[in-house]
Order: sequence, then C-alpha cells, then structure tokens
Amino acid sequence: MKTLGPLIAEHPFFKNLEKSYLELIVGCASNVRFDAGQFIFRQGEEANQFYIVRQGKVAIEICPPGQNPITLETISDGEILGWSWVIPPYHWQFDAQAVELTRAIALDGKCLRNKCQEDHSFGYEILNRLVAVIGKGLEAARIQLLDVYGNQSKR
Amino acid sequence: MDVANPMVPETRRVKRVIRETHDTLTLCVEPGDDEAERSFAPGQFNMLYAFGVGEVPISISGDPGKPRLWHHTIRDVGTVSHALTQLKAGDTLGARGPFGSAWPVTASRGSDIVIMAGGIGLAPLRPAIYAILAERDQYGEIVVLYGARTQKDLLFSKEFESWRGKYGVQVRVTIDSAGPYWKGNVGVVTTLLPRVRFDPAHTVAMICGPEVMMRFSVIELKNHGIDEKNIHITMERNMKCALGFCGHCQLGPTFICKDGPVFSFDRIKPFFGIREI
Repeated sequence: MKTLGPLIAEHPFFKNLEKSYLELIVGCASNVRFDAGQFIFRQGEEANQFYIVRQGKVAIEICPPGQNPITLETISDGEILGWSWVIPPYHWQFDAQAVELTRAIALDGKCLRNKCQEDHSFGYEILNRLVAVIGKGLEAARIQLLDVYGNQSKR
Repeated sequence: MDVANPMVPETRRVKRVIRETHDTLTLCVEPGDDEAERSFAPGQFNMLYAFGVGEVPISISGDPGKPRLWHHTIRDVGTVSHALTQLKAGDTLGARGPFGSAWPVTASRGSDIVIMAGGIGLAPLRPAIYAILAERDQYGEIVVLYGARTQKDLLFSKEFESWRGKYGVQVRVTIDSAGPYWKGNVGVVTTLLPRVRFDPAHTVAMICGPEVMMRFSVIELKNHGIDEKNIHITMERNMKCALGFCGHCQLGPTFICKDGPVFSFDRIKPFFGIREI
C-alpha cells in the first residue's frame, strides 16, 4: 500500500513543490473515508481542513429554508474539496455530503495556513495552486448561471 | 426532396413518436408512398415542413445504418417546432434534405474519440456515435460527455448503459441543477474532461451544444492537448433555403447550411465567438 507521501507528491495540486514543503504537507495529512450520505462539513462550521478526493463523489450543497437541498456541484476523484480554510473567517460556506463511499486525504488547514503566514514562499506556492482551483470553480459557476440549456438554446 | 428542385419538399409519414423528455420528442419518419429511401451521413440535417406553419432545420438523430427511418429529435421551443411536436403516428410532413457536412467519422478511424454534448446537442451527435459503435474495433477510447440542465432534460439516457456495457464507452453525464435524489455529477460539462481517459495526441473531438458551451469546451479540449484541427463543432444560424442561396445563415465567408453545419474548429475559428456576426 502506498504511503501518503508519494500520493501527495504525485498529485497535480502539489506538482513541482519543494521536497521540504512536501514533507511539511505530508505531516499535516491523514487518510479519511466517508460513507454515502455522511456530511463532511456543514455550512457555518469552522473550516480547518481541506481534502483531496481519492475515490468517490462529494456534493456541495445548500439547503434553502423549508426546501430540499440543492446540489451546486460535485467533486470527484483527484479533485480538491474546500478552500474556506484559507479565507477569513475560516467558516464553510456550503454543506459537503458524500454521495457515495468516498476516500480522501484530509489536510490540516489550520496548520498549513499558520505555516503560510510564517513562510511567505510556502504561502505563495499554496495560494498560487489554490487560486487555480478557485478560478475553475468560479468559471464553472458563471457558466452554470448562464443557463445555456434553457429555452434560448433551441435547435 | 425533389432532386431536380431541392426547394420542393417531399411528403414523409410519421411512423412513430418517441417521447424523450417533458418538452422533447423524436419523430421517426419514413418515405411517403411515392418517395425513395435516402441515406444520410452523421451530422446532416433536414428541413422539416409543418404544413401551413413553416419550415425549420432539424438534425437527424437516428442510425445512419438504417436510413429508411429518419429520426428527428425536436424540442418544443418555437411555432414550427411546436407544430411538429403535435404530429402523431400516421401524420405527414414535408421534408427536404439531407443537407450539410458530416462528422468526420470514417476519417477518425484509429483515433480516440471525445464527444461533448450539451442539452439537445446530443441529438446531432447520436448518428456519429451509432456509426462509430458499428465498427467499434476501428477506434481507441470512446468518450461521451453530456451536460444537461436538469435530470428531466437528459436525452437518450436509456442508451447510456448499453454504450458503456456493450461497447466500453466512457459515458459521463452531468447536470447544472440537481435535487436531493440525483446521485450523479453536478456542474458544467467541461468539468468531466479530467475524469476520463484518452490520448490527446491521437484524439478527435466532436462537440455540439449551445455556442457558449462549445466555446468553453474548445478551450478545455485545447488545454488538455487536443489540436484544434482535430476539434469539430456544429454551428447553428438562421437556416432558410439550406442550399447557400438565401444568405440567412452566412457566418463570415461560409454558409452554415452548405459549408457546415459541421466544421473543424481551425476553419471556423476566425468567426467563432465574434459578437457582431
């Protein structure tokens, strides 16, 4: 069985990261699993972790009062779950619920953001990577807002 | 279609109507008593005439290996499409065609295939999928990525299992908006691309959907290393004559009806996404 070190080093999110930084990240990492239906985090809770989904599917949801929850997006194998751990006040903005059995690597966000504060080079490396994830999410959300498959798109 | 006068529609009869979704159905039409069977290539369209209402271009969505029965998948969004969706088995309609260019199915033998469809855009791609699956061993990986608005808007979903199980197609589906009972993917169709296997250097991509969706799909396919000459899209404009005479569907120097609707991206790129045209 692979240890977390190679798994993290091979992940695109950490590509080309210095060895000392990788070691630090591995020290903040642990294997976790969530059963289908299990909440990984809930809106308003403190955001002190983030996750690399190794296998499975996670729904990012919001639940309007008195209504069924709405799934905004799903996160699957190899993708990064969560960025609120790096944005004050460090609270989750949405719920995350495992749609199916999900295995992931959990990273201690509190430890990493302290390290980012202490070592700005490390902080730049992490934020640089995270901005790409946030940018992709923002772009996808904007396209979803367009409702491109609505009635204006006739064929 | 009268070959001597391609502006004159032939009479065709609706053999069967397949209800696909809440606002979309497929008309299966066969030649009228005096009309000939006419073959078509994947990606081509017909001009369908609802008598007394009007004529619209509708892609052929059926199997090119069974050309006697033309399948046309129609969404009820306008006056003519509404009239067409009211037809029942045994009713007649006018048809001219098939017109236009085709997906590069045979030219793509030996390659991996990535098909990206959005909404009703899966309909013009389905003949290409049928043609590819008819000679499955001629192709490498086959990927079908399909995005729709909601679960109830998904087309042809009964066929996905057969494509997966019988032919080893990597079918991934996503929707923009989901309720609590949907266990599949949610998000835009481009997010599915990193989740499938293909060799970008030897891949041909075919995209059909709303133009905005195709724009972002092209960007993502190029980001994944697919050369733009291997990316093919189908364009839609206001097609009227379908013969390149009237000019309604002109896009830059091309006529969508005659030169398209299927284009390789490198050809249409200079005119793609320009808001003035």
